Amino acid sequence: MEEISLQGIAASNGIAIGPAYCFVPAKLSIPVRTRESAEQEMTRFGPALGRAKRELQELHDSLAQRTGEKEAAIFEAHQMMLEDPTLAEKVREAVDAGQIIEQAVVTATNGLAAMLEAMADPLFAARAADVKDVGARVLRILLGLPDLTLGNLKEPSIVIAHDLTPSDTASLDPDLTLGFCTEAGGLTSHSAILARTLGIPAIVALGEDLIRRVPTGTQLVLDGETGKLFVSASDQTVRQYQRTRDEREIHRMQIRAHASEPAHTSNGRRVEVGANIGDAASARDALANGAEGVGLLRTEFLYLDQVQPPSEESQLGIYEEIFKVIGQRPLIVRTLDIGGDKPPSYLPFPQEMNPFLGWRAIRISLDRTDLFKTQLRAILRAAVGYQVRIMFPMVSDLDELRRARHLVDEVKVELSHEKLAFADNVPVGIMVETPAAAVLVDVLSEAADFFSLGTNDLTQYTLAVDRGNATVSALYQPLHPSVLRLIQQTIQLAHARGKWVGMCGELAGMAKAIPILLGLGLDEFSMNPRAIPEAKHLIRQLDDGQARKIADYALGLKTATEIDTYMQETLKNL
Amino acid sequence: MVEAKIIVKHKVGLHARPAAAFVQTASKFTSQITVKNLTRVGDPVNAKSILSVLTLGVLQNHEIQLNAEGPDEQKAVESLRELVLNNFGESE
Repeated sequence: MEEISLQGIAASNGIAIGPAYCFVPAKLSIPVRTRESAEQEMTRFGPALGRAKRELQELHDSLAQRTGEKEAAIFEAHQMMLEDPTLAEKVREAVDAGQIIEQAVVTATNGLAAMLEAMADPLFAARAADVKDVGARVLRILLGLPDLTLGNLKEPSIVIAHDLTPSDTASLDPDLTLGFCTEAGGLTSHSAILARTLGIPAIVALGEDLIRRVPTGTQLVLDGETGKLFVSASDQTVRQYQRTRDEREIHRMQIRAHASEPAHTSNGRRVEVGANIGDAASARDALANGAEGVGLLRTEFLYLDQVQPPSEESQLGIYEEIFKVIGQRPLIVRTLDIGGDKPPSYLPFPQEMNPFLGWRAIRISLDRTDLFKTQLRAILRAAVGYQVRIMFPMVSDLDELRRARHLVDEVKVELSHEKLAFADNVPVGIMVETPAAAVLVDVLSEAADFFSLGTNDLTQYTLAVDRGNATVSALYQPLHPSVLRLIQQTIQLAHARGKWVGMCGELAGMAKAIPILLGLGLDEFSMNPRAIPEAKHLIRQLDDGQARKIADYALGLKTATEIDTYMQETLKNL
Repeated sequence: MVEAKIIVKHKVGLHARPAAAFVQTASKFTSQITVKNLTRVGDPVNAKSILSVLTLGVLQNHEIQLNAEGPDEQKAVESLRELVLNNFGESE
């Protein structure tokens, strides 16, 4: 067999080498038949439920014995869902509306899954996959098809499947599963998340004919970093990837070993690498990964999913908890950054055609000074004894910034009248995320102590591309020359006035961007905690002169594609 | 009708094992029992339905309201109250 290579979405890092095991449960389709009376249809539901419960009990017992009660708990949850009176009600409703029982089970479970999917908390939303899984089990039983599990795996293999459900993955033995590849799915699908949790290499979205092309036993090489799958891999490919696997393992150990040391360029310039966090747990994660501070503390979580705005005291407690974890390291708190795309229930939002250009972030804070001042009071009070800075989101001109600063001063006067302790010398800066702010950094320097580039929104607003819109999301290019020019201009204008510039957008942790940003003179990089060890490693490999040359060259290029290709080459040659 | 308001202290809220224990306890009674999340907007739901309880999105420190109506309403609310207050039987 000739070696072929397939490209999917890299879902979980690592290299796996071994034989394929095709996991193909029978296709479940709803039969075409005439509906009997509602009572007649319903008589089949009870026995199917009973059978499903027995299956789940068996799965539970065998998994509990093999790996433990904790792992098996998922099947208990499934059993409870089967016994749920709401499920039975919804099935009955669908049957009464004229559906056959097979269809009714799917309608009911999909409807319930959709309700869970709509929930803001990912913990709850993840349960949607379980409901669908339960629905599929009952449907399979109604169709009279046997249950097929991954527990049948006998030798170490790479699992090939259309997609994996929670009950499939629960029966999967991590010691025998070298990796897995699915036809469907995305980065956030159940199987991708599970692969990352278990540390098993995985590729998803490999396309609909994967199972047909890869029979059980085929020699495979799976690269979870690039999303490449080699089918009928040649001896040469296998040897090459065995080497790469060993090298990467050594590399990972090395960068982790140095993660907690400060980052210097190879000629000795100190660069601050911080983390973007949202709560005390992520603060601890940040420190474990070597963060030297926090470049962005998001505060939206305090406001969303509440029936009323958070009180000063409740905010104070939450800030204090986070500040305590970070200790004497610098920490930047971003004030309320919400908008009409995710409106909290207690804020009456106008109907907006375009919430991203609407009432959001600093605009809300300046209109609802009651909310804003409460937040400022809580931050200033919690900041006593810590290196806290305050940052306003979405500022687009000096008037806004002046008004916001004025409110900070007002709050300080009030706090001292009330004889409450607060931090008096907290630096105040802004996010640079509108093109207007980037162009006006010299003017804004009058009232801003520092700047932090929010490249996600800056890219979106500069290119006029909504990255959540799948039709145009390919046009969202953070390495676009226009965005890079605005970044360059921001840094130059700020430095000329003695102000420092950080970055807390995704670009700051992206290997392709780091050399350019270093060359442009960025002072602080703040990113997802997990990206820190690799970013520090990259910074240490570069010297300032070399980084400046890379930046100059990249800014001379004409399109995002050219810049992307150039940076890929540059990284290879480092 | 018996009513009670309780704050959920468990760190995962009404999710996973605590949600299961809550629904299992509610299901032991013949009374109609509803639960409502007072910290969020939304209607009361059937306390014997795991799926409905999950959709309440009850997190740590959220306040819930129990209502029971039926022959064993008093006992039902007491048992559920005790379960939540005892942190679902976990030491932490």
